[in-house]
Amino acid sequence: MLVGELETTLTPEEMEFARRQLGREPNGLEWAMIDAEWSEHCSYKSSKHVLATLPTSGSNVLVGPGYDSGVVDIGDGYVVTMHIESHNHPSAIDPYGGAATGIGGVVRDILCMGTTPIAFLDALKFGEIAESDHSKWIMKNVVRGIADYGNCIGVPTVAGEVEFDICFERNCLVDVACLGVGRKEELLLAQATHIGDGVYLIGGSTGRDGIHGATFASRTLGADPDQDRSAVQIPDPFTKKLIIEVSLEAARARILRGCKDLGGGGLATGLSEIADKGGTGLNVHLEKIPIREADMTPIEILISESQERMLFVVKEGSEGVLDGIVRKYGVGSARIGEVTSTGRIMVFRLGEQLANLPTPLLANAPTIRRKGRMPRVRNLEPAPAHSSDLGKSLLGVLAAPTIASKDWVFRQYDHEVGIGTIAKPGEADAAALKLPNGKYAAVKVDGNARFCDLDPYVGAASVLAECCRNIVAVGAEPVAFLDHCQFGDPNDEEIFWAFSRAVEGIADFARGYPLPCVGGKVSFYNQEEQNRKAIKSSPVISVLGLIEKPSHLTKMGFRDDGEVVIIVGETKPELGGSEYYHTLGCVGKEPPSLDFELEVRTQRSVLECIRDGLVTACHDVSKGGLGVALAEMAIAGGRGASVDCAPLYAEKMHSDELLFSETNSRFIITTKNLSQVSETLSTANVPAIVAGTVGGDSLHFGLGHSLLDFSLETLREAYMDSLKGILEPWQK
Amino acid sequence: MKVAVIQFPGSNCDRDTLHVLRNVLSLDADLIWHNDFNDSSYDAAVLPGGFSFGDHLRAGIIAAHSPAIDAIRKMAEDGRPVIGICNGFQILIEAGLIPGALLRNSSLKFVCKWMNLRVERSRTAFTNLFEGIPQIRMPIAHNEGRFFAEDEVLDRLASEGMVVITYAGENPTGTSRSIASLSNKEGNVVGMMPHPERASDPALGGTDGLRVFESMVEWVRC
Repeated sequence: MLVGELETTLTPEEMEFARRQLGREPNGLEWAMIDAEWSEHCSYKSSKHVLATLPTSGSNVLVGPGYDSGVVDIGDGYVVTMHIESHNHPSAIDPYGGAATGIGGVVRDILCMGTTPIAFLDALKFGEIAESDHSKWIMKNVVRGIADYGNCIGVPTVAGEVEFDICFERNCLVDVACLGVGRKEELLLAQATHIGDGVYLIGGSTGRDGIHGATFASRTLGADPDQDRSAVQIPDPFTKKLIIEVSLEAARARILRGCKDLGGGGLATGLSEIADKGGTGLNVHLEKIPIREADMTPIEILISESQERMLFVVKEGSEGVLDGIVRKYGVGSARIGEVTSTGRIMVFRLGEQLANLPTPLLANAPTIRRKGRMPRVRNLEPAPAHSSDLGKSLLGVLAAPTIASKDWVFRQYDHEVGIGTIAKPGEADAAALKLPNGKYAAVKVDGNARFCDLDPYVGAASVLAECCRNIVAVGAEPVAFLDHCQFGDPNDEEIFWAFSRAVEGIADFARGYPLPCVGGKVSFYNQEEQNRKAIKSSPVISVLGLIEKPSHLTKMGFRDDGEVVIIVGETKPELGGSEYYHTLGCVGKEPPSLDFELEVRTQRSVLECIRDGLVTACHDVSKGGLGVALAEMAIAGGRGASVDCAPLYAEKMHSDELLFSETNSRFIITTKNLSQVSETLSTANVPAIVAGTVGGDSLHFGLGHSLLDFSLETLREAYMDSLKGILEPWQK
Repeated sequence: MKVAVIQFPGSNCDRDTLHVLRNVLSLDADLIWHNDFNDSSYDAAVLPGGFSFGDHLRAGIIAAHSPAIDAIRKMAEDGRPVIGICNGFQILIEAGLIPGALLRNSSLKFVCKWMNLRVERSRTAFTNLFEGIPQIRMPIAHNEGRFFAEDEVLDRLASEGMVVITYAGENPTGTSRSIASLSNKEGNVVGMMPHPERASDPALGGTDGLRVFESMVEWVRC
């Protein structure tokens, strides 16, 4: 729709609401500011009331959703901050710049709390790279974008996950989570509370890149993506590195009252949000804003999403200190306005007032109550025949891009800078990082689009359960999580239903755990405009855990010959949504079931065994099933095992179901102390079987009447070389 | 003894290195902004890893023209130990303190990985404690670490004993003659792609890097 010169995503009802509240017709600049701030991307207008059902409180939660980052108290006067962002639309058009500016954005959310960024995690979803040159191009450039940016600013990228599915061919998903650490007493909030404080724009100049980025993210991608190129920002990690130094030095000097990242919606959004949180108003003077091109219009200046900019609210009288800091680093700084008591955002150019809007009106878009409708049952495909060559099937699943080692990806990330990465990619179920109080943080990010597509409620709850299992597997207690809900067009009632059900699943599991949600993000419109094809429901979850003592840290590789292999949890014939089915070209009817209570009980008991020092290696069983989990433990440890699965067979279960079912609530652990582990598990009534022993240089599976036998070399070749072989066949 | 860790805009291993020197080895070490560093009372200097000046133009070249490098040159001439790690090695080469060039890795990708290394020369300010310990492990993390020089130069570097560390086995970057670290003729100036500060804690994978800094202390003491 057009308002004057401006194309807007506002609905007629929203425009009428704005007119009524204001008592007049907003002018062009005011419409542009409202349009940016009320975009789905910035305002969460469709999702707010659904997200409100998530549990967000806990004794350790200092700041929950609604601010730039969640803040978790880790004791001893320290906090961990965490946030997740996606850059899906930009990455679909310019994968390198889109991914780079995505991580550039999330790091600012950590910085503006006054905390030091210490790690990135990335969750990436692409089309089927083995068949699509387009998706290969997207993936290579997304990974390079993250690497070039993250490596340059000196923040390690420590963990992640990559999923491949045809539904992401035109709509890749690029999510990056960031973790920060700081002192509790130095925490900053994005708010302007004190009348008279100066508002400073720090960092790069404001240009024409990223114009309408927020509204661009709030609709589907058009037929000709090149038209949207100007909505993608330009990354400059060197300037970002300097902004990190300036922000942290200013925070330590205690001269900031508030700090705000400028991301989606640009200055229009940033200014209204700090004023709204502070209950104040702001006067902004456009001529003070350093611009890249002389003829930029007021609208362009206010909604530009040029990167590498921060807003500082500086305590009156501290301007000189700020000046010293920005001079040292050679970073731009301009006083662009001041905090007022008017409760309004007023924009001036050379003294002439161009816009005058009440802060609460601008910052609080009217919510939209969308309808959801459960889809009709879609999948009537017959179940495939059971595999006749299990050995071949296992090697095929190990080499499937979603399962295979992501070595090709994480070798490009500096995952060690900061000398705190204590569990590195490929070594354990989650990354572990040193914290200043002597504890370790465990972090992971997980998703499972196929489960969520089959049943968004069970699927999304399973994603949270799996992420918690990964955290427990390294010896940590989960303490908080972030959710990132990625769906198609919310105007489609079936999609909105899926979104609501996914959040319900996450909320129910989290309440039972109990685990607080400290932040998140919603990304709708991940859908092709022409054929209305949406991505599969793709909530991504990141869980933070704490490892109380260094000795609790547990990795997944088999450690010593003779150790007993225990399979914790029951394996059921649940192949729906599995990677095995995917390699056979089918989906199944429903995802594995999830017994919330059993899941939590199982996690608690395994963590107890780990904390009691009984566990030498631990790995969760999820994507790829038992076969993949055992192979991964063998490959990571460089030693084999002999495992007899016969006791696992439930009535009438086939061997492929046993090897590849992705049943929830399972771990594989190894121990030197079988009796104590058995006692802990049986006391908690957690099912488990003794499956075999570690040793040798091959992996034997006893499967009832048959036997599978793989040398470590064969497993390694399938698992380690697959991605590289697909992406760089010439390197072989 | 006093050690200076020079901080350029874009350095990102500066605090890691400072941490190892101060908190692990209990050395008197300062982090000094590049514009503020001039020849002084420091016994040794570290040019840390990172992306000085964002690798703009070419890795290390802008930092090589910083006033700090004049002071580093003076220290090098005086025989005081100077080490350039990763980006610091790139700076030393761009400053002409070590010959040759560091090019983009042959894979055209950044590579972050622990490597098996071989100490070729233990008579330097940073390897003198590796006498009899030729096989070590340290991690690398860089985009431009493929050492290149003409054959005559490579021959001269070998014959004059300026090759300090090589990759043992896998050559991760296509670097000439597996070179991972070089020194000047006198052995007091060393540049290396591997990160000793990341190999200074058993929990992070090894402690061979500590010996690099301990060698520096030994060199100054003797």
